[in-house]
Amino acid sequence: MAAGSTYTPIATTTLGSNAASYTFSSIPSTYTDLVLIVNGEVSSSTTVSCQINADTGTNYSTTEIFSDGTTASSFRISNNAQIAVMGIGAQTSSGYPFMSILNFQNYSNTTTYKTVLGRTNQANLGVNAIAALWRSTSAINSIKLLGYLGASGFTAGTTFTLYGITAA
Amino acid sequence: MSPILGIIASQNYPRITGSYESIATTTVGAGGSSTITFSSIPSTYKHLQIRVLGRVPSFTIITFQVNGDTGNNYSIHNFGGDGSSTYVGATSSYSFGGAGVLSPATSTFSADIIDILDYTNTSKYKTFRTLSGYDANGSGRIELRSSLWQSTSAITSIVLSTDSGGAYQQYSQFALYGIKG
Repeated sequence: MAAGSTYTPIATTTLGSNAASYTFSSIPSTYTDLVLIVNGEVSSSTTVSCQINADTGTNYSTTEIFSDGTTASSFRISNNAQIAVMGIGAQTSSGYPFMSILNFQNYSNTTTYKTVLGRTNQANLGVNAIAALWRSTSAINSIKLLGYLGASGFTAGTTFTLYGITAA
Repeated sequence: MSPILGIIASQNYPRITGSYESIATTTVGAGGSSTITFSSIPSTYKHLQIRVLGRVPSFTIITFQVNGDTGNNYSIHNFGGDGSSTYVGATSSYSFGGAGVLSPATSTFSADIIDILDYTNTSKYKTFRTLSGYDANGSGRIELRSSLWQSTSAITSIVLSTDSGGAYQQYSQFALYGIKG
């Protein structure tokens, strides 16, 4: 069996001031999977969302399980203009840190639609897991994180990190 | 959360290499494949991770057997959602373990991340933990699943099949990684 070291940092940013969104652009196509980690806060309650390759069309859908510590629920939003990373069940709230880990597997292939697998935790709100779809066979070359509802975005100090994983 | 060991953002620190390594990858061809086998797994890592992108003719789950063990030495728990309601399940003394959902939708693949911690330890049973799901714009599943292999043997091989017996379809991909500890 072949063996090779991988899980390579591609880029990272820590916001110096509040920002409505953050975009990883010019993502190299040389990896197999991408792992995107966000650790920070939103400036006001919102649905933390994700768009790919600047596609603002209704080409996304998300299936979610969510629990607030009292109730477990499942939601779906289809034909949407973004992936709902956290917030179908309950909006990510301000004043408390949250962390999301999103996996984009086989992101550079041009044969299949793109599946995104993720988990988000916000201690005062709850935990979720999502499976999402971007209905495009294009290779992923940019990923935008944004706060979809209202005028929210991410606060200063929020960190965005992107890793690449290469299969043998 | 997938295990993350020794991963540091490159902006502030020297690049760290060698803690997460690719061992083997299989991509299914045009004829499909009913099983995927990882054999002769090296014992030099602390943990394993299998990353799957999978599609099958009709909805089912990934099943697995370890080291050729076909006995009733597996148990499974799962918690998931189908977009409208949640579901739970448990099975014990089973002849295979369960490791994630598979998409039946055209051009749409499930993503499954399977973590196997401490796989060479000869004092512990082995736990498989999976985050998996797919969304097909109107259908889909998202699921957490864990399985137990009731054996203290070090894991040397893993065979992945499907519960329904349906074959993995073309472009399904299975990648095995080792994590050093």
